[in-house]
Amino acid sequence: MSIYKDIILDHYRNPRHNDLPNNSKFTINVDNPLCGDIITLGLNIKNNRIKDIGFVGKGCAISIASASMLYDYALDKNISDLQKLDSSFMLNMLGIELTPNRLKCALLSLEALTKILCQIKI
Amino acid sequence: MKDIQSIRKDFPIFSHDPSLVYLDSTATSLKPQCVIDALTEYYARYSANVHRGIYDMSEKATLEYESARERVKDFINAQYSEEVIFVRNTTEAMNLIAYALGRKIVSEGDEIVTTIAEHHSNFVPWQQLAFENGAIFKVIQVMPEYDYKLHPEHISQVITRKTKMVALTYISNVLGVINPVRDITKAIRRANPETIIILDAAQASPHIQLDVQHLGVDFIAFSGHKMCGPTGIGVLWGRKELLKKMNPFMFGGNMIKKVSLNFTTYNDVPYLFEAGTPHIAGAIGLKAAIQYLETLNLKEIELYEYQLAKYAINELKKAFGDKIRFIGPTNSPNKIGICAFTFLDYHPHDVAQILSDEGVSVRAGHHCAMPLHESLGLEASIRASFYIYNTEEDVEKLIKSLKKVEQIFHVNL
Repeated sequence: MSIYKDIILDHYRNPRHNDLPNNSKFTINVDNPLCGDIITLGLNIKNNRIKDIGFVGKGCAISIASASMLYDYALDKNISDLQKLDSSFMLNMLGIELTPNRLKCALLSLEALTKILCQIKI
Repeated sequence: MKDIQSIRKDFPIFSHDPSLVYLDSTATSLKPQCVIDALTEYYARYSANVHRGIYDMSEKATLEYESARERVKDFINAQYSEEVIFVRNTTEAMNLIAYALGRKIVSEGDEIVTTIAEHHSNFVPWQQLAFENGAIFKVIQVMPEYDYKLHPEHISQVITRKTKMVALTYISNVLGVINPVRDITKAIRRANPETIIILDAAQASPHIQLDVQHLGVDFIAFSGHKMCGPTGIGVLWGRKELLKKMNPFMFGGNMIKKVSLNFTTYNDVPYLFEAGTPHIAGAIGLKAAIQYLETLNLKEIELYEYQLAKYAINELKKAFGDKIRFIGPTNSPNKIGICAFTFLDYHPHDVAQILSDEGVSVRAGHHCAMPLHESLGLEASIRASFYIYNTEEDVEKLIKSLKKVEQIFHVNL
């Protein structure tokens, strides 16, 4: 079955939160040099919840769509809940199966979020 | 060359999967039955070690292994069979030279020259050697004005008395253009006769006739698996007088003559560089692959591929116009069946994924040539490559599948 479902194509064509928030207090860059994908994520926190979130990036449909969907999900969520997210959450959210090669595309946005949340704890 | 349908019958993978559209032979080729048979015969009938046993089976294995070396010698028109060293692949061959010779002769302030069009296997070993030994690492560019070919003068201009080694590719695995190696070699020799010239022939050996004496280089490396042979076997050819000056790369069995508590006497070239039990079946399989390619005739293979690639480029242009951006020359008479491109703004991984869903296998990514992609302002590309078993129908399926990609992504991005 094709992984290019309507919902993924929709998020790829019109990514949500596709701009860095003004004055984001936290930002991070992650990349996947093997395919050239790159994501810059920015966010602000209030009362342990994500207040603003946004990203800019370059990448394949899977990496852009997963960033769009993940960051849309993350808005207003509690940091400690977000820290528990893993690859099976991502696959569930995307609703597709991926080969190991393409899994990396789907997990880049999660890597950005996980790393930025680690910074915040410090 | 015999007709394409009977060639396809030589490759059992097509009887297992008649609809297979395999456009990734640049990564590795499919295998004909005769190569598979040669491997099976060795394992089933005389699977003894070489250069050791006194019994018949081992004699037979040794004979076959050494006759593979002889066959490779003839295939590349080398003078001596001891100049042929069996290695795992081109990467190992390059590392062998970099360790066994490079680290011996390159000193601080010396220069190593390579090109932007190299596969990482002919780039990183030299970059790291330069880094470790304090040498200067020079990288030559390719230009669209010269059909992306390496230009003899561009290379000889950077050669100085300090240039110890030049490593270049015969055919880039992305650009597909055949470099004028003989002219380049002459130009380098004029600038500095002492410079060691190393040629990556991984993309040449499957497609065009190799003649090491005519090319005038010092080393040539290629892999068996790209030329219908088994994986895990490759060839390093080097000039005898240079090989004799080199240190062993690995120590152990087969590469010794005598070992005592305090010293070891090494074996002669080429065994000096073949420590441990070699890939015996692989060498025997490579011999079968060479026989197969020679039966088809390399001149005709080159012509067939050239025509097919030309057909593909024309058809792709007709179908997609400016939406396709080709990487490398589209109109060069010196091109093998490699066709790399980008398709609108679509990410190559997405394109390859949809092509795969449609049953077409292509490569997407940087094809182990990151410096080249970076110099062209690209992160990645799609590469369709054609070999002896590909047909015009394969090209048509590629085009049909690319239309599907457009259909899926067709919205202003």
